[in-house]
Amino acid sequence: MFWKKTAAASAVAMMSAILPQVAHAQEVGFDQKINEAIAPISNVIAGTMFYSVPIAGTAFPLIVGWLVVAATIFTLYFGFVQFRKFGHAISLVKGDYSHPEDAGEVSHFQALATALSGTVGLGNIAGVAVAVSIGGPGATFWMILAGLLGMASKFTECTLGVKYRNELPDGRVSGGPMYYLSKGLAEKGKPGLGKFLAILFSICCIGGAVGGGNMFQANQAFQQVVNVTGGENSFLAGSGWLFGLVMAIIVGVVIIGGIKSIAKVTEKIVPLMAIIYVTAGVIIIISNISMVGDAFAQIFVGAFTGAGVAGGVVGALIQGFKRAAFSNEAGIGSAAIAHSAVRTKEPVTEGYVALLEPFIDTVVICTMTALVITISGELNSGLTGVELTSAAFASAFTWFPLILALAVVLFAFSTMLSWSYYGLKSWTYLVGEGKGKEIIFKLFFCLCVIVGASMSLGPVIDFSDSMIFAMAIPNIIGLYFLMPVVRGEISQYWDKIERGEIKKVK
Amino acid sequence: MTDQPILVGYDGTDAAQRAVEFAAKRATAEGCAIHLVYVLEWSPYSFLSTQELEERHQRRTEELSRAEQTLKPALDTLNKQKIPVTSEVRYGHSGELICQIAEDKGACQIIVGRKGGSALGARLLGSLPLTLVQASPVPVTVVP
Repeated sequence: MFWKKTAAASAVAMMSAILPQVAHAQEVGFDQKINEAIAPISNVIAGTMFYSVPIAGTAFPLIVGWLVVAATIFTLYFGFVQFRKFGHAISLVKGDYSHPEDAGEVSHFQALATALSGTVGLGNIAGVAVAVSIGGPGATFWMILAGLLGMASKFTECTLGVKYRNELPDGRVSGGPMYYLSKGLAEKGKPGLGKFLAILFSICCIGGAVGGGNMFQANQAFQQVVNVTGGENSFLAGSGWLFGLVMAIIVGVVIIGGIKSIAKVTEKIVPLMAIIYVTAGVIIIISNISMVGDAFAQIFVGAFTGAGVAGGVVGALIQGFKRAAFSNEAGIGSAAIAHSAVRTKEPVTEGYVALLEPFIDTVVICTMTALVITISGELNSGLTGVELTSAAFASAFTWFPLILALAVVLFAFSTMLSWSYYGLKSWTYLVGEGKGKEIIFKLFFCLCVIVGASMSLGPVIDFSDSMIFAMAIPNIIGLYFLMPVVRGEISQYWDKIERGEIKKVK
Repeated sequence: MTDQPILVGYDGTDAAQRAVEFAAKRATAEGCAIHLVYVLEWSPYSFLSTQELEERHQRRTEELSRAEQTLKPALDTLNKQKIPVTSEVRYGHSGELICQIAEDKGACQIIVGRKGGSALGARLLGSLPLTLVQASPVPVTVVP
């Protein structure tokens, strides 16, 4: 373990020694050219996706309502499953119900951990900062609410992901919305609609993979690296394409070259980074415990009065809902792809486990970030995105931006790896499997890393938001049709538990 | 003839081979059976990538059949010596599992080989013989 870290450290040292000369040798306007070329396209896509209606004088994007209404419907339809079965979910993750003979197969814990590594990341650090900087502290309240409701969406989609997954003859398991949309709706006598939604989902998922799962990540990672290397005077400032190129090469080495060791190292360091991040947040909150009450007051007052926020209450609400959805991806369908590999005879068990995901991601980690930002008083500094979070943490620990830079780069990297897989699954669903076809997608994915790092934040966020949210349209239509299937799974599962057919093994 | 088998930890290495040979002599002398256990190290809490999740079931099937093949020569040798022998391949923590199986099977003793790494390394990183010596419910013999 240790030698790998030192190797990485020396690689970073080498890079920083070489980079300045290269950077100065290049035209600074390169980034701007990429930016100008892409921005109009992303503006059109974002404009269509975020078609808004004026409510109480503020533009309310219909797509945000779409997600929240769905989450509310699932919450009611399944009788507040996220609260009633929370304990059961924990017990499943601990392995209380795992049969010893299934050892060596994917456990509930592993499926949850992998899915979490795809969602916990920049959304929790940068996304939250965007939400509170635009929507005020009150956005946090709506974010938590959206996170709690989103648990029911996640429950629904992950249960279906396992139920309708494909088990290939060679033993590989492949699942996700494209399979439950096509197979599930075919069962309901709507094969045409199912196929159409599955294809639509796949197209959007490829967009989401290169948008939120890639460009947004590359962009924010670059911002933070520039910050800690001296801000505007940084040798990297204006050389986003160069940072993107290096990142793209590393991503390419893993996803095209199949170098597992890099992925392995990242996967070991990412949970550690998450622990450091949360610990630092908790320390800041505890050491300012007298201000926590005030912070919560700001959050509640802001949520219902919208004081000082563009768009008032609705403005705060939109920001909170948007960033929660972007961070925990409930209703988006992505997590169902990761969760469906679990070894279980009962699909609904993975649904229960999956509902912990928005809880950990949004209710715990995002709230913590929001509290730290509110407590630090950096909210009115004019900063946004990861810079705001960085400044907030720096007010307590001056060295924290360095750690955060490392965390951001690693989170970005692991999220990219997860999304490259989601995108690839959608791509192969559309065009069929095959080495050549897979390489085309992977090369395109790497190219997008460079584009993402070069663009300014606005267009990147708009593009990634719109593509990620677009996935929710076909996914949630399908979920409405398949809700009764999930209810059937629930009742037969609890019947088995009552009859003693499924017992705790521990 | 006693119905308490000798439990042998086996993984196909030379050390495991020596343990089987030693166990064969004990089994013949005492007239008892041998139960070979092949443990594949595994934790349900380890981290897997999305790709590994997809392939896990396939890999597991491969790993199990490879383990069975590794066990085969040992089983054949014991069969030739007319020693009653059974075997199992399990996933988990080797120390914990072997102790647990020893109890379940009512084994009279456990025999394992020693790979001969440095004593310091074994103390720092833990080793199966050390774990068994400390935790086993029945006598343990370590074959050098």
